Amino acid sequence: MKENNVLLEVKNLKKYFPITTGIVIQRHVGDVKAVDGISFYVKKGETLGLVGESGCGKTTTGRAILQLEKPTAGNVIFEGENLCKISGEKLRKMRKKMQIIFQDPYASLNPRLMVGDIVGEPLFVHNVAKGKKLKKRVRELLEIVGLNPYFITRYPHEFSGGQRQRIGVARALALNPSFIVCDEPISALDVSIQAQIMNLLEDLQDEFGLTYLLIAHDLSVVRHISDRIAVMYLGKLVESTGSVELYKNPQHPYTKALLSAVPIPDPIVEEKRKRIILKGDVPSPVNPPKGCNFNTRCSEVMDVCYEKEPEYKEVSTEHWVACHKV
Amino acid sequence: MEPLLDVKNLTTRFYTPDGTVFAVNGVDFYVNKGETLGIVGESGCGKTVSVLSTMRLIPTPPGKIVSGEVLFEGKDLMKINKDKIRKIRGKKIAMIFQDPMTSLNPVLTINKQISEVLQLHMKMTMKKAKNKVIELLDMVGIPEAADRISDYPHQFSGGMRQRAMIAMALACNPQLIIADEPTTALDVTIQAQVIDIIKKLRDELGTAIIWITHDLGIIAGLADRVNVMYAGYIVETASCKDVYGNPKHPYTLGLLSSVPRLDEIHKKRLTSIKGLPPDLIDMPECCPFAPRCSYRIDKCFKKNPKLRTVGPDHKIACWIDIETATKKEVA
Repeated sequence: MKENNVLLEVKNLKKYFPITTGIVIQRHVGDVKAVDGISFYVKKGETLGLVGESGCGKTTTGRAILQLEKPTAGNVIFEGENLCKISGEKLRKMRKKMQIIFQDPYASLNPRLMVGDIVGEPLFVHNVAKGKKLKKRVRELLEIVGLNPYFITRYPHEFSGGQRQRIGVARALALNPSFIVCDEPISALDVSIQAQIMNLLEDLQDEFGLTYLLIAHDLSVVRHISDRIAVMYLGKLVESTGSVELYKNPQHPYTKALLSAVPIPDPIVEEKRKRIILKGDVPSPVNPPKGCNFNTRCSEVMDVCYEKEPEYKEVSTEHWVACHKV
Repeated sequence: MEPLLDVKNLTTRFYTPDGTVFAVNGVDFYVNKGETLGIVGESGCGKTVSVLSTMRLIPTPPGKIVSGEVLFEGKDLMKINKDKIRKIRGKKIAMIFQDPMTSLNPVLTINKQISEVLQLHMKMTMKKAKNKVIELLDMVGIPEAADRISDYPHQFSGGMRQRAMIAMALACNPQLIIADEPTTALDVTIQAQVIDIIKKLRDELGTAIIWITHDLGIIAGLADRVNVMYAGYIVETASCKDVYGNPKHPYTLGLLSSVPRLDEIHKKRLTSIKGLPPDLIDMPECCPFAPRCSYRIDKCFKKNPKLRTVGPDHKIACWIDIETATKKEVA
């Protein structure tokens, strides 16, 4: 693994949100362990899919990598620079190389700014271009994402969801980043539009050699776009491997259940499939279960699962699993 | 056999300041006893409005059911008076809504909300109703139901709330349940739980279901027949196997090839449907899908096709035969 083509390495990343009580004197009574010690890497030019149910810490992971949330502990090494150790101007320079596409294209665009200003803002902020040059670049960007360059003077409300997401993509591309976090980029869109955005993301990756961290809850989407997939549960990674391997040979009981729960649009296949139905809900990240945090819902639970936390270990080449059974 | 619910030529419009919204344009559908009908389509295609119209739950104004006949047990639900339809809603036809948080009353306990249905429709006493509520919650798989019935909705998790909604819908043993995207707000593992429960109860109680969703995957494992809707029209209706295995309408075909499948072996590029769904305010006179269709011919822009039979229990609203037609690039 330790070849030189690793673009991003995350080591034991933690992000806790404190819970406090009291109005005047804030007492610290606990933590929401949103991300609880995860490690992974992303190679240059590949797409790593991060899947999990809502509230498992996927989005927080993405934001902590970009230093939009200061991680509680751990290291994020991007292009040889530890982002957790730098700040100020140095970090600002690094931010040019990593961008984010947000989930909700209705909430992530400022309704009072024109499209030209939205897409041009990163260029302006980082002093990359000004005036005519900036405008030219914005037009170019709109064309790249499949929008008419004349849209430059329009406002976000004049666009449909899919078009807005394209604006979000154009903004992320403005500074020629090498790494983009796509945080549920298609889940707010209609079925027929989803494919358009997925194809766009794939085209852009081929054209500009981008590296993606794709955060999504839909396993079939993640499997379609990603080269490798990491499965997250309650702030921890439970399994990660190549996307073909994950489908053919899932090791962790949670991955198996997740795979079996995804419906397949084919009645003949559906008839034959056996579902693993998980009991209950995801426990609260404030007070996760002792031992393995999946032990409350696992169908293959053993005594050791209640006592010891399983180690996240490599079981075969590039296949990591955190389970006592494996 | 006479269908349980037979909807004919249903048209619903909304009169808004921006213009008339042609939400549902003369749709016909039926549900047999014990059958599951799936209605698929993108947002704004009229799925929800068409079933809300059959229950006369459209807010008027701005909405108006312009025409249509809804036959249920030999009566036209469009013609009976308000008191009578209230006796059918919740008792004979029940609904499960998309978002369990907004469809449960936050200031009433779960017991109060479910027993209300029983007291009203089944004339049960409070005590009897309470026992029935416990039984119902038990049936939908809420652990320690007897202790949980005095909880408020916020004390339930998303999956449990949806189960409570299902329990409420089942309270009076309805003949038909209308489920409007009941699992969209839930996580996949919870979605699997909820679908599992509904399937089990359907097979046990023999209830007919209309299941509305945008997720083609859910319908595949659940429905007997499927209606595909687009821009307020039913564009294809067939048995579940035919819709997935032998789709005849270009829209259905496009929809199926634009979703990634979990079991795909070779990664291939998705074929997306170009363009956007039409604005329902200025609806074209022609086939609503024509501007996005890659099989279109000149006729498509002149006249809107009516549903025609292409196979046993298989109808499409399209001028062309997909096997013989040539595919063109749409700009």
